[in-house]
Amino acid sequence: MPEQSIDDIRRMIARHKLLDHIFAIVGILSLMVGILTLLALFTELAIEGAPRIGWKLFTSFPSRHPEEAGILSAWVGTTLIMLVTAASAVPLGVASAVYLEEYARKNWLTAIIEINVTNLAGVPSIVYGLLALGLFVYKLDFGQSILSAGLTLALLILPIVIVSAREAIRAVPGSIREAAYALGATKWQTVRDHVLPYSLGGILTGTIMGLSRAIGETAPVITIGALTFIAFLPQSPFSADFPYVSFRWLMDSFTVMPIQMFNWTSRPEAAFQHNAAAAGVVLLVMTLIMNGIAIYIRYRFRKRIKW
Amino acid sequence: MRRVREFIIESILFLAALSSVATTFAIVSILVIESFPFFRHVPLLDFLTDTQWTPLFDDAHYGILPLMAGTLVTTAVALLVAIPLGTIIAIYLCEFAPHRVREIIKPFLELLAAVPTVVFGYFALIFVTPILQKLIPALPGFNMLSAGLVMGIMIVPYIASVSEDAMHAVPKHILEGSYAMGATRFQTAVRVIIPSAFSGIAAAYILGISRAVGETMIVAIAAGQQPNLTLNPMEPAATISAYIVQVSLGDLPHGSIGYQTIFVAGLSLMLITLIFNILGYFLAKRFREVY
Repeated sequence: MPEQSIDDIRRMIARHKLLDHIFAIVGILSLMVGILTLLALFTELAIEGAPRIGWKLFTSFPSRHPEEAGILSAWVGTTLIMLVTAASAVPLGVASAVYLEEYARKNWLTAIIEINVTNLAGVPSIVYGLLALGLFVYKLDFGQSILSAGLTLALLILPIVIVSAREAIRAVPGSIREAAYALGATKWQTVRDHVLPYSLGGILTGTIMGLSRAIGETAPVITIGALTFIAFLPQSPFSADFPYVSFRWLMDSFTVMPIQMFNWTSRPEAAFQHNAAAAGVVLLVMTLIMNGIAIYIRYRFRKRIKW
Repeated sequence: MRRVREFIIESILFLAALSSVATTFAIVSILVIESFPFFRHVPLLDFLTDTQWTPLFDDAHYGILPLMAGTLVTTAVALLVAIPLGTIIAIYLCEFAPHRVREIIKPFLELLAAVPTVVFGYFALIFVTPILQKLIPALPGFNMLSAGLVMGIMIVPYIASVSEDAMHAVPKHILEGSYAMGATRFQTAVRVIIPSAFSGIAAAYILGISRAVGETMIVAIAAGQQPNLTLNPMEPAATISAYIVQVSLGDLPHGSIGYQTIFVAGLSLMLITLIFNILGYFLAKRFREVY
């Protein structure tokens, strides 16, 4: 090793320290790129959408006249589809998670299911749309309906629900289960009365995150053939005569918020861009509120449970 | 009685868990079954080598290359943005950022990942493209560059959070060893953390590639929907996913050649994703460090 004078070593240390500082600055700049994009996106939408945001936006159907066009059919469609999605994805996802965490033996079948859930999360969303087009719309003959769309999005968010529910169930300490067994509870009683209640917070958080993803999904819903121009509402779920609740709306055609926004964005008339921006603001606010609720629930449950 | 009930419940839960396997099976079989008639009509060689994709014209050509080129160019632009930014952010959050900064920044990144893609598409078309046009006057209104850049920003949070998890999993004693030898944080990150966490970081990149390949709305809105065999990001072009959306928006009779083409396109998309995932698997396996 060649002789190094103390000055050389000092210079080397100084150089490395400088590099360290430079990287810290580069790191902050990189973060800023992401955050500034987010800010630019919010500001752009708010400024462009401002002329259209108001009560009328929510109470009007789409129209040829940009000033009168609203998102009534879109937000009703989105709400109904989310009901179907939640009603099918949550029981299926939680049941899968309970099976994988509490019941599954360590064998090849369990391994396949686990690998499969991970891989499903990586399947492009538009492929789910094709699956739904082939399976729900034509093979099962649900048509281009709210039911088809709701089930499609349910399949899409199933991996998210399963993964988060599993994490929540895994976080329940084994001592709780053993205490239940010691008192003579069966496996299902243990799961129903102890494991599920304690993991409720995590399950809810994961479900809401999944639903907030589903609200913004456009491509799979377009693929199953959602219409872009709908000036009527699905049949009401409540009726005046017995049995007061009707499920005929499940088979109605529909549009959703992101499709409405896409439709307005791709119109040549510049005036419709204001409508697109206003729809974007509503969509973003919906997503934000759902994420906020999820984060709040996670925080509350974390604070309340102390093992 | 109790036994029977327990058994029934376990069976129901098992069936629920199997539903995800059934979904995969259904995806693969629907794609294959619905594209099968197409390949009786179009020879595989034409499909892979024809340089035009005009299935709905009178003079129909069925070459996947133009759509493939669109997908690869937008993906490449997105990755050129997302991989450096995502990796730098992961290193910064893992090694440099004070605890407070991290707690404030992470929700923002989660938020960036939660923005619906149709909103990103609008943003690319209405905000980013005009800015790019000021820098590059010849840029057309629809182009792959703007779509790719915004897609890159969209992917940053995924890459950053998965790589950061991988970096956090590197055992602390190795880092302390590096610091004890007098290494700076930057030297530790580059020489110790990245090599140790490489298999996890590779997984993050693969996730990013899968997102970019399958991303639909941003490219459908901002990159134009004309199939165009080019590798120049300044030009408009359709991607595989954008083609599916474009065709689905029109009226599509069940069983027509147009109907079959979107399943063929979907199958190609799945195969590309699969190839990248397999590559990633071997890459991760090759560089896995075990402690």
